[in-house]
Amino acid sequence: MGRRILVTGLGTFWGSRLAQALEARDDVDLIVGVDGRAPRLPLTRTEFVKADPSYAILQRVVRATHVDTVLHTHLEADSTRSSARRLHETNVIATMNLLAAAAAPESQVRKVVVKTATLVYGSHFDDPYFFRENSRRAHVPVTPVERSLVEVENLLRDFADDNPDVVTTRLRFANILGDDVSTLFARLLRMRAAPEILGFDPRLQFVHEDDVPRALEFAVTHELPGIYNVAGPGTITWSETCAIAGKRRVALPPVLTRPAALPLRMLRVTDLAPETLALLRYGRGVDTEKLLAAGFEYRHTTRGTVEAFAEARRLERVVGAPAPYVYEHEVEEFFRHSPAIMREQATEPTHD
Amino acid sequence: MPTDASGPAAAVRPVDDVEAAPDVDAWGRSESFRALTRRLYDPIYKFWLRAEWEGLEHVPTTGGALLVANHGGAIPSDAPVIMHGIETELLRPVYGLAENLFRQLPVVGTLWSRAGGVPAHPDNAYRLLHDDGQLVLVFPEGTKGTGKLIKERYRLRRFGRGGFVEIAMRAGVPVVPIAVIGNEEAMPILWKSERVAKLLGLPYFPITANQFVYGPVLGYVAPLPAKIRVRVLPPVHFDVEPGRERYNRGMVMDESERIRGLIQHEVDDMLRTRRSVWRG
Repeated sequence: MGRRILVTGLGTFWGSRLAQALEARDDVDLIVGVDGRAPRLPLTRTEFVKADPSYAILQRVVRATHVDTVLHTHLEADSTRSSARRLHETNVIATMNLLAAAAAPESQVRKVVVKTATLVYGSHFDDPYFFRENSRRAHVPVTPVERSLVEVENLLRDFADDNPDVVTTRLRFANILGDDVSTLFARLLRMRAAPEILGFDPRLQFVHEDDVPRALEFAVTHELPGIYNVAGPGTITWSETCAIAGKRRVALPPVLTRPAALPLRMLRVTDLAPETLALLRYGRGVDTEKLLAAGFEYRHTTRGTVEAFAEARRLERVVGAPAPYVYEHEVEEFFRHSPAIMREQATEPTHD
Repeated sequence: MPTDASGPAAAVRPVDDVEAAPDVDAWGRSESFRALTRRLYDPIYKFWLRAEWEGLEHVPTTGGALLVANHGGAIPSDAPVIMHGIETELLRPVYGLAENLFRQLPVVGTLWSRAGGVPAHPDNAYRLLHDDGQLVLVFPEGTKGTGKLIKERYRLRRFGRGGFVEIAMRAGVPVVPIAVIGNEEAMPILWKSERVAKLLGLPYFPITANQFVYGPVLGYVAPLPAKIRVRVLPPVHFDVEPGRERYNRGMVMDESERIRGLIQHEVDDMLRTRRSVWRG
């Protein structure tokens, strides 16, 4: 019998990309996707369950579907996209519900993989240049998004301690960059000029958008208990990032940076969250040895990620952006479940 | 049909493996910026401070080693002289560990980092020495060494808590003690204000002798032409198993104190034979 997998955040780019990758695998029998929003990419056999943002429905889904693996891709690390209260709801409450469902007595869950962010390390002047998975952050988190992610990590640590028979993997992703997805840095590099803080040129790391579902899939197929940093090998400075992307830079003052960034937000130019300003000042690096030692191979280094992004942007400027996929519930349901569909001929996707 | 699997795996680039070495490395050091600094500093090094080395052969040409030196002068000349000397003679980069303070300063912090400065975090030191096998320069006295008044010159301060010994033990690299003279006279502190230092959040706020020569601003930057002598001592190897989380406190403190004693002894020895501060 193959794996039965539940993916949260199917409405996020990652959830959909991951579901696509899992659909291509013969050893996966069932994929159930849960989200409040519709899938972002075309899927052929993933079952989509519409859920409330805090995933209160999850316990029923886990019990009814007998899933053995839960992939939690729905943590929000970008504070500009939701309020502090919604962050708490989508991050902390949803994770609590998810872990409660996974730990329920009738649950078959033997693996929990969570996509979290290196944001939990923070970004301070007295940080080490490369955080290891067991490094402790020197300062308490102050921004709502960091607080909620740190709280999620504590929940996961407790869950792993209480459920030794469940493999609990935390993948801490560095800033993700890619042309198909609107991440923090993709947005900064799409602006006419990219913001910087005068006199600072931080070291940064990026993960390519293709390596994100690959890393999550790797965690599904391998036993990876504990925490793993995920970042394209190497580091790059912000000035070099902008140079590769062909962006001019506009400087914010090094003192009173936050008030100076406020008009940008009011004019809807860009919303620079406090954690973003900290990153543009001190940067962040993580040690990537642990996941590499487990056998994961990156397609893109940090620098390669920026180069790939720049290439995709050049192409896009010539041929335009592809039309986004729109999910039609009735159509998808028809192809999955209608007796009119001839299963033998029209089932498996033509993945290679 | 929704079976159009325009999957993500369709168009992937191969692993971008061997890339052109970027100018700024993972530690923020820029080889081209270093080259520029060396070109600008070389006349100061050669004709102003007239730096002279002994025992340079004790600096390993390969592998990690922790260079440990005494520290002196309001804005110390020992750090740039040692880094410049080793980089030009041995053609090996030297990473200088220093206060986190630098990282907080705009422009200065960035330039410092490009010039090979790294915040003195134990994880950074270990990684540089063990994983990257680099030369790392550290001044265990820290700002207690540079903040000395002129009358306290060449009296080495406590070597921190011996953290440098522990890092070298863990990384399995030798400590190379380095004694420097001339650094104290290149920018001596005549007087310092605790109150102003506290107000500005600085470790010390000095009035330097240089300010009477060069004026109030340049007197914080430009060194006096004191002759700088650098003596490298034979590497100290530790007979312990590397990679351990902690080492015996007493042993660490003893080794730290012993290395401090070695450097102090050598400093005294060099001062004994020094005829003139300016001519050496």
